[in-house]
Amino acid sequence: MHLAYPAVLAVLLFCTGLYGVLARRNAILVLMSVELMLNAVNLNLVAFDVWLRDTLHAGQALTLFTIAIAAAEIGIGLAIVLLVHRNRGTADVDKLRDLADPPSDGQDPMDDSMAAPTDNDADQARRARRQTA
Amino acid sequence: MSPALHLAATGHGFLSPTGVEIAFLLVGIATLGAAVLTVTTKQLVHAALWLVVALGGIAVEYLLLTAEFIAWVQVLIYVGSVVVLLLFGLMLTKAPIGPSPDADSGNRPAALAVAVAAAGLLVWVVVDAFRTTWIELDKGVQGSTAASGESLFRHWVLPFEALSVLLLAALVGAIVLSRKTAEPRDAQSGKEKR
Repeated sequence: MHLAYPAVLAVLLFCTGLYGVLARRNAILVLMSVELMLNAVNLNLVAFDVWLRDTLHAGQALTLFTIAIAAAEIGIGLAIVLLVHRNRGTADVDKLRDLADPPSDGQDPMDDSMAAPTDNDADQARRARRQTA
Repeated sequence: MSPALHLAATGHGFLSPTGVEIAFLLVGIATLGAAVLTVTTKQLVHAALWLVVALGGIAVEYLLLTAEFIAWVQVLIYVGSVVVLLLFGLMLTKAPIGPSPDADSGNRPAALAVAVAAAGLLVWVVVDAFRTTWIELDKGVQGSTAASGESLFRHWVLPFEALSVLLLAALVGAIVLSRKTAEPRDAQSGKEKR
């Protein structure tokens, strides 16, 4: 098999994942795009391992390690996203702007969490209201 | 036999693809289409289901590259557990069932430009670099379970064990993160009583 087939497929999958990471708004969709990018890298590793006939099977061992690390990453990432959703009521990465520079002229109307940093009174009051409701 | 002679004898050609290459190409097109739908669809649950198709297609590509153990690990871990985790995450964050118009953020044109530029550049570099390189798939299976297991537990034992520690740490971390903490709740109720 020509080596260009798996290499080009891996490149295109990686760039699809890159687009998803940059363009998606929901944090879970961003995590899905990250999975696509990791899979592209795995495909490259396997293809080059088979091409080089590596006696140590380094490519396949690394692929297994990458899969395990991706599983760990998705677990931790989802736990963080769920925590953010529980505290803020949203999982949109556009709305989590606590660390952003404040806008110079007026407040962005789309952005309601700018004035409410992580665990201050307004946030907790909102959470309390949601719990009592 | 010199490499050039070998190349001539086996008769590689751009315009005469083998059956494996045709199968790889067709599965690759399906995988890429599913991946593109994953990152563009407006329905969040459909994105997870298209991700299943994309990851399954990659597993088939592993099988075509004679890496069978990796293929089954891919099916077990990605299709079996990661997608289920993602679906649970979508459910727990109250994802809307129907199409959600705000699935894409405002920097979509910039993201498209970056992705297309990166794809063009990388495809050009990769095709130029590996124009005359062929994978010899006839010389035996490279990634059988016996071969993978032997190399993994002979040469890669230490990273393997370190990885198990990392998985344990990730598991404990996820549990700690997603556990409902009691302390802030008490402080909050105390504040409400005041």
